[in-house]
Amino acid sequence: MATQYAEPNVLVSTEWVAQHLQDPSIRIVEVDVDTSTYDQGHVPGAVGWNWSTQLCDTLIREIISANKLDELLGSSGISNDTPIILYGDNNNWFAAWAFWLLKVYGHRDVRLMNGGHKKWLVEGRELSTDPPRVQPKTYKAQPADPSIRALLPEVQKAMRERRTMLVDVRSAQEFTGEILAPPGLPETCQRGGHIPGAKSIPWGKVCNDDGTFKSAEQLTQLYEGQKVTPDKPVITYCRIGERSSHTWFVLRHLLGYKDVKNYDGSWTEWGNLVGALVEKP
Amino acid sequence: MKAEEHIERQDELLGLKVTIVSYRLGDKFVCAVYSVDPGHRLTRTEGVTRNEAESSALEKARWYVERSGYRRTG
Repeated sequence: MATQYAEPNVLVSTEWVAQHLQDPSIRIVEVDVDTSTYDQGHVPGAVGWNWSTQLCDTLIREIISANKLDELLGSSGISNDTPIILYGDNNNWFAAWAFWLLKVYGHRDVRLMNGGHKKWLVEGRELSTDPPRVQPKTYKAQPADPSIRALLPEVQKAMRERRTMLVDVRSAQEFTGEILAPPGLPETCQRGGHIPGAKSIPWGKVCNDDGTFKSAEQLTQLYEGQKVTPDKPVITYCRIGERSSHTWFVLRHLLGYKDVKNYDGSWTEWGNLVGALVEKP
Repeated sequence: MKAEEHIERQDELLGLKVTIVSYRLGDKFVCAVYSVDPGHRLTRTEGVTRNEAESSALEKARWYVERSGYRRTG
């Protein structure tokens, strides 16, 4: 059983961040579910990215293009060799999504602040509402890597063939179809339930109360106990792909699973799709 | 500025288990209400006192639970 994370350097502690606030060689970036959070007080010097307008195409449903990412990262003072430290609200939901997006486009050094915005706040660390001073840089994204992203046809194939583990990380009530979406979140669907054959392993099971990730041993027990093992391909999904990127991060980078994809279309695609099979327990 | 006098408790709002977090931020109090599962933030409000911030946060959270996506499908 794993006793340490496969890639421990993808996590930094709040203490580490506090010690590197003046470090010009890194860039700290906040990405929140609630995009107003950053303006209400952020880690001093951190840049804020709005996932809905800056990390997604605003016309069609798609992740940001490579060209747009070049512009965003360059204007955020990030070059190809800049370590990016991500954190955010809701235990890093969208920070993990941004991590996944940056890996899709091949950024080498991306890390998550363990515990996210919540831990920083609870520890009484300094918050700022000042915009950061940024020296623009030049950035060039790599071609998108399809090996960590699942699109609908691949998920349909996985459902039919049952050789890939489909991991639904939504709440139990969403999985069973009792509710269509958590209250207050606008993206919803026409049908409740889950993809046939999917296993329910809610994202929150990987976190401690303070928002940090559980130990490698605990995480291994969680997934292998559900027969989600490193020898099988895995596709994670949730509602819009942010909670599932959190679990994708755990499986791929903390546990070292080689073949893990995030289905960012998730339930807002599947649950709205005419003719898609839906399972309810 | 720093978050101080941090208090966290759990309660139930129209059947939904929620975590209510409040703290002082400079000269104001902030209150945020999160669902326990899946753990997202429903509301965040500010007030001169902790009670004011909390009352307003719970009122908004209740509105969300009643009016928005918490649709039981049966």
